Amino acid sequence: MSGIFNLSRRKFCQAGMLAGGGLILGFYLPGLDRAAAAAPPIEGTFAPNAFLKIGTDDLVTVIVNHSEMGQGVYTALPMLVAEELDADWSKVRFEAAPVDPVYNHALWGMQATGGSTSTWTEYERLRQAGATARAMLIAAAAAAWKVAPSSLRAEQGQVVHTASGRRLTYGQLAEKAAGLAPPKNVKLKDPKNFKLIGKPAKRLDTPEKVNGQGVYGLDVKVSGLLTALIARPPVFGGKVKSFDAEKAKAVPGVRQVVQIDRGIAVVAEGFWAAKRGREALGIVWDEGPQAGLDSRKQREQFAELAAQPGAVAKQKGDADAALAGAAKKIEAIYELPYLAHAPMEPLNCVADVRGGSCEIWVGTQFQTGDRDTAVEITGLKPGQVKLHTMLLGGGFGRRAVPDSHFVREAVQVSKAVKAPVKVVWTREDDIRGGYYRPVVYHAIAAGLDGAGHPVTWRHRIVCQSFTVDTPFEGAMMEHGVDASAVEGARGLPYEIPNLLVDWKRAPGAVPCLWWRSVGHSHNAFVVESFFDEVARAAGKDPYEFRRALLKNHPRHKRALELAAQKAGWGKPLPPGMGRGLAVHESFKSFVAQVAEVSVSKEGKIRVHRVVCAIDCGPVVNPDTIAAQMESGIVFGLSAALYGEITFANGRVQQRNFHDYPVLRINEMPVVEVHIVSSKDAMGGVGETGVPPIAPAVANAIFAATGRRIRRLPIRGEDLKKV
Amino acid sequence: MIKLKVNRKEYTVDINPETPLLWVLRENLGLTGTKFGCGMALCGACTVHLDGEAVRSCVTPVARAEGKEITTIEGLSLDSGHPLQQAWIAEDVPQCGYCMSGQIMSAAVLLRENPRPADADIDAAMAGNICRCGAYQRIRRAIHLAARIQGQGGGR
Amino acid sequence: MEKTDVSSQVLTQLAVKIMLVIAALCLGALAPSTWAADDRDDAGARAAFLKAYPVFMHPRCLNCHPAGDAPLQGDDSLPHAQNVQRGPEGRGRYALKCANCHQAANLPGENLPPGNPKWHMPPPGMRMVFQGKSPGDLCKQLKDPAQNGGMTLEELIDHVSHDKLVLWGWDPGNGRSKPPSHVEFVDHLRTWVKKGAACPE
Ligand code: FES
Ligand code: FES
Repeated sequence: MSGIFNLSRRKFCQAGMLAGGGLILGFYLPGLDRAAAAAPPIEGTFAPNAFLKIGTDDLVTVIVNHSEMGQGVYTALPMLVAEELDADWSKVRFEAAPVDPVYNHALWGMQATGGSTSTWTEYERLRQAGATARAMLIAAAAAAWKVAPSSLRAEQGQVVHTASGRRLTYGQLAEKAAGLAPPKNVKLKDPKNFKLIGKPAKRLDTPEKVNGQGVYGLDVKVSGLLTALIARPPVFGGKVKSFDAEKAKAVPGVRQVVQIDRGIAVVAEGFWAAKRGREALGIVWDEGPQAGLDSRKQREQFAELAAQPGAVAKQKGDADAALAGAAKKIEAIYELPYLAHAPMEPLNCVADVRGGSCEIWVGTQFQTGDRDTAVEITGLKPGQVKLHTMLLGGGFGRRAVPDSHFVREAVQVSKAVKAPVKVVWTREDDIRGGYYRPVVYHAIAAGLDGAGHPVTWRHRIVCQSFTVDTPFEGAMMEHGVDASAVEGARGLPYEIPNLLVDWKRAPGAVPCLWWRSVGHSHNAFVVESFFDEVARAAGKDPYEFRRALLKNHPRHKRALELAAQKAGWGKPLPPGMGRGLAVHESFKSFVAQVAEVSVSKEGKIRVHRVVCAIDCGPVVNPDTIAAQMESGIVFGLSAALYGEITFANGRVQQRNFHDYPVLRINEMPVVEVHIVSSKDAMGGVGETGVPPIAPAVANAIFAATGRRIRRLPIRGEDLKKV
Repeated sequence: MIKLKVNRKEYTVDINPETPLLWVLRENLGLTGTKFGCGMALCGACTVHLDGEAVRSCVTPVARAEGKEITTIEGLSLDSGHPLQQAWIAEDVPQCGYCMSGQIMSAAVLLRENPRPADADIDAAMAGNICRCGAYQRIRRAIHLAARIQGQGGGR
Repeated sequence: MEKTDVSSQVLTQLAVKIMLVIAALCLGALAPSTWAADDRDDAGARAAFLKAYPVFMHPRCLNCHPAGDAPLQGDDSLPHAQNVQRGPEGRGRYALKCANCHQAANLPGENLPPGNPKWHMPPPGMRMVFQGKSPGDLCKQLKDPAQNGGMTLEELIDHVSHDKLVLWGWDPGNGRSKPPSHVEFVDHLRTWVKKGAACPE
């Protein structure tokens, strides 16, 4: 960890007074990575550099630079500060950070939330923030009592003079501490002395989420607020030919109709009027080059591409020669569909562009890019654009968009009508709006020697790239390979002497995006399902076969062993049931899952139980880790059982939860989460529960029925007993 | 003009009677605790009580609510003291939290009609409420806990 | 729907049913043979019933008369999503009562909940299953007052002619398929009754 942060360059920039008196503390870690160095801070930025406020009321407010979308950062990140601060947890509050370089992601040089990185990238920085504040509070008390700082200790939001038992609360010390210079070096706690970190803590955001008070983007109220719905092309890449603004304006409550880059906006007094106005627009579209897009044809096209070599992502030995010489060959095609993120809160954004200012309220994972988009549209200076990060009703990657399209729309509409506007997406807009997990076609083969040992592994991945031509191209493309397409496949953990993983780029017919666990979401399914096929072909137990070949991957192995042991791997199950497992590394964490599944005669699948083991290194809030594993399992199961976006005549064929179903409570398996006790590097938890579930379930289905699932979602017709 | 009684307060709104109750609550009355998730009665995010029943406000014309008692999450209890709210906090159920108003309003009907629900009752009551974050296991646990709290007279 | 309305309605229905059952018991079983029909023609009656049968089997009619306790939906008659169940009164259970989503009228727009003031399915005590029933079994069930809510055959004809929820089947709203002609359906059933209401084998 410490390698990431060059602490000698740490520079504390500002310690100032709070409006009501008290300590406000922040610091700045410049030039942490190439990206930050390459992108100089935008001129005119106001930089308060604050991560932490302590008021005279004893309340400790942690300013959180990552977006809360359910993954628990509004609790985990304050825990890091509070631990080193020795704060009273009941006095700790959170606040969403404004947009400023000081709040940039510790590695990415921009303010953003994603990649399951929030906790591990802030682990050191926020503890430093807490420890520094603690040292200043102790110094303030030492000055007040005229004693040596070393004679004082901090506990539960107070500084205590050990000898006399005198105490001052942090609130009482806040003003004094604010006048002090931050110390250059502070020592962080030895983890064995942690009081908060590593123990389950109640989420700070729960109370406002059970009484309707939490404010999501869609809930923002601004005086004079109008609501806009946007008619977007029914075919990606289509354009407006003509429309009838007057018909829309004839709908009571509709105020204006404006054309923007991405379609026609109907601006009204409220949602319902806007919706009816939109229906009245009578738009004629020029459907553009994708008018013929058809999922079945696309499948054939991908199959042809899979016959051609791709760009090499990983190569070891000579996979082809070894396959030609193998005693036994196993070959398969795996297919996965486009997937919509479908966060519970449909996309939305409030923008108020008037005079020389622009104010934005939005649930976003991508503050810097969104703010810069507003700057570009309005011609204002960054300092004149104020962006408020609201609670996100789910993100899963959908709210981290390099083109900031949902913010762009709102800013353009507000600018055009000169009033605050809330652009609301209906669920249909969301499901049909693109930015999907790409459709992927995998051609995979392996060979066994005469003794049943795997000697070669050849994996070709065919899919589009959604990072080329975006600001992320530089970070994602490596030697002509899009890392987001091959992650989870190129790092095969199993010991196999010959290996070839390559990527064949498919045309990008549809806007695509990172979908919770990104490339891992398909590669884990293929690798872990196919590895099961290989194990069966070798006549081996899939668990033992994996263990034997994970010699050099102890973290995979430990997670796998823990899950298998807790699940009772090998113990008999009732007839008609099967057990399957999968283990996968993603986002620096190692997750193994064992699924118990039954399949009815009609091909109906029931997942009864999932045992999950995770090694994510040191633990901050174990309850959040359990919640995120449960969450990832449900998300992955929804996709495995139901998730599929398809095209006909260029149009998305699904539109709401009736034809894009997700798991419901009556289908929920019992999920047991076990955390590997680990001192290894810290990894992420937000996405890492997703990848193993589909292969674990598919492998369980094989165990139960002998039918191998090679395309998702799992189809009843692939399962019916023949 | 439509007269509405929401959380024991009377309101008069000038609105197209076809407008779904959801938007009247959220936009005209400012009660944004009730959420929009699908607009097709598929997800339950918009669940409110209409004369005590867990009605999907996104498909309920506001005219239907006239003369009825409407209760939203804001009016379920005084200070988050409903047994379900206590249990939701105790079990740390919410993730993004967006579905939770609807989940709680649905569960409230279940608990009223069946003070000791079995898992099958929970499945029968709650399968209309989607949680995209997948908090189902905790929702189940919290409903059982709320039943115990309610049984001990612990609601406010 | 007002709660008081519902319960008083249920009580009245119950009272009517009890009276009818008592009447039936006094008069003896309403077996076809005891049914005084001037134009008794068993073959004709059977033929007429067979002509009406496809309507009962149409998804708009069958979906709320399932063999199990979940209503069905769509033209493929799959179990209703959301784990919806019949419930103690045929009006759903707990937070998933029919009227929580189904309004007094069909909502405009594809796949939006259809509606009717009486939207419900048969209560558990009188399940009136259509799904999977052969013409003969369905016919016997329809005629049996113990299974049909105590209706006489005249009342049955009246029910299929005028009941608002039955009529909904021919006005199912946006994009839903409809059963064959309602007029002919009623005619077939009338003929069936007139000819002595014999049931197909
Ligand atoms: S918004 Fe009403 S059920 Fe989804
Ligand atoms: S908590 Fe996010 S949808 Fe339920």
